[in-house]
Amino acid sequence: MTLSDAHYPDDLLYHDQHDWARLEGDEHAVFGITWYAQDSLGEVVFYDPPEVGATISKDASYAEVESVKAVSDVIAPMSGEIVEVNDSLEDSPEKINEDPYGEGWLVKVKLTQPEERGALLGAEEYRKMLEKA
Amino acid sequence: MAQLFNTLPRVAEQALRRTPLYERHADLGAKLVPFAGWEMPVTYEGIREEHTAVRTHAGMFDVSHMGEVEVEGPGALAFLQRVLSNDVAKLEIGGAQYSCLCNEAGGVLDDLFTYRLGGDRYLIVTNSANHDADLAWLGRLSRGFDVAVRDVADRYAMLAVQGPHARAILTRALGLALPTRMRVATARVGNRPALVCGTGYTGEDGVELLIDPEVAPAIWVELLDAGVVPCGLGARDTLRLEVCFHLHGNDLTPERNPIEAGLGWCCADATGFIGADAVARARREGTDEKLAPFKIEGAGIPREGNPVLSDGERVGTVASGTFSPSLEVGIGMAYLRAALAEPGTAVEIDVRGKHRPARIASKPLYQRKG
Repeated sequence: MTLSDAHYPDDLLYHDQHDWARLEGDEHAVFGITWYAQDSLGEVVFYDPPEVGATISKDASYAEVESVKAVSDVIAPMSGEIVEVNDSLEDSPEKINEDPYGEGWLVKVKLTQPEERGALLGAEEYRKMLEKA
Repeated sequence: MAQLFNTLPRVAEQALRRTPLYERHADLGAKLVPFAGWEMPVTYEGIREEHTAVRTHAGMFDVSHMGEVEVEGPGALAFLQRVLSNDVAKLEIGGAQYSCLCNEAGGVLDDLFTYRLGGDRYLIVTNSANHDADLAWLGRLSRGFDVAVRDVADRYAMLAVQGPHARAILTRALGLALPTRMRVATARVGNRPALVCGTGYTGEDGVELLIDPEVAPAIWVELLDAGVVPCGLGARDTLRLEVCFHLHGNDLTPERNPIEAGLGWCCADATGFIGADAVARARREGTDEKLAPFKIEGAGIPREGNPVLSDGERVGTVASGTFSPSLEVGIGMAYLRAALAEPGTAVEIDVRGKHRPARIASKPLYQRKG
């Protein structure tokens, strides 16, 4: 696979299962899947979000994204409670491919264990992990 | 994100074979995946675009992984009547015919097209995953018949060119006289002998070309330049499932007979083919389960292996499932209790724990325009 179009913003934290977290203050974060994840999956045609209020745990699945050919669990990079889901993805799941770090965000979370950030990768570490894979 | 669960069959830990068009696929930036021991393009620009190109214009698929077996000799007809489910005596020179290859119990070992190339010369196209087993089966059963069974898979590259504009483009670009549907013609492609078959796996008009592997890359480029859209196995699967064509390994298996699969029409029980007794019994007595197409009503994409439920009780299993780019909804085919396999029946599909309402539909799920 060519990574020519790949991009991994420096202001995000990354989970090795190809998920990202954008911290908003000390207690909140936005989650999504990385460029690599959406590229591996192909055109996303369906996003099955969690319920607002649901509790999610680091390293466990909290949602599913499906392309025509494949389905994938989405893994939580940190633990918390869902405070908002990206409803616009119901009608336009392709935003996950087109803008995985922007309009393709998946959920907003109130973090229950903010210190988990320490276990996540920086952009450079994540890029290196992909190169090795 | 966890690992991707590809629904394409995978063959692990084994050297993958490449078709003569491998370099062309790589040049186009195709996503290549293992498929039945081959490294095959699953998509180039996106499954939906490729799917739509075939439904509205013209697309081409490298299906060189499929196998070819030549059957020739004075005993060819008698031999093929014995092994193929259809009435091969009805196959005229230059004709094509669909059949099942059954075991004694009527189980489907493979489904295949047979082309009659001459008086006692036939060509059978096999599914790549079954090619070696088919060849061994045919070879063993040919003893006692005055016939030669030859593996000629290396002699051909196979290109399926499909879509409402496929014939016009092929005629213009390659100067070919094309056979009508369910016919085969000899031709010269790239100045080498070739076969042009009026068959396909998409529900659209089009042909399948069996050409010399050496000229395949040049022909591919010529068709690309003529505007034919390269399509991968991903679109091939969504296209075939929309029109309810069977995929061996999913919808057909050695544990299922053609009657429960809805393929009784290609079984001529009176010819006495291997498995005919079992097929005739299934036809007469009915089967516990039947394969039926369905559409999800609302969200959710069914996948192979998902349970089918009725009133909360398990009544079947999804054999093939995908997202339909034409209908923009989840579709599939499932084996379920025969009494429920009627169009209009409401069921639920258990898609990874979520019960998705679905309705049994009639074939095909997608009706060709015009």
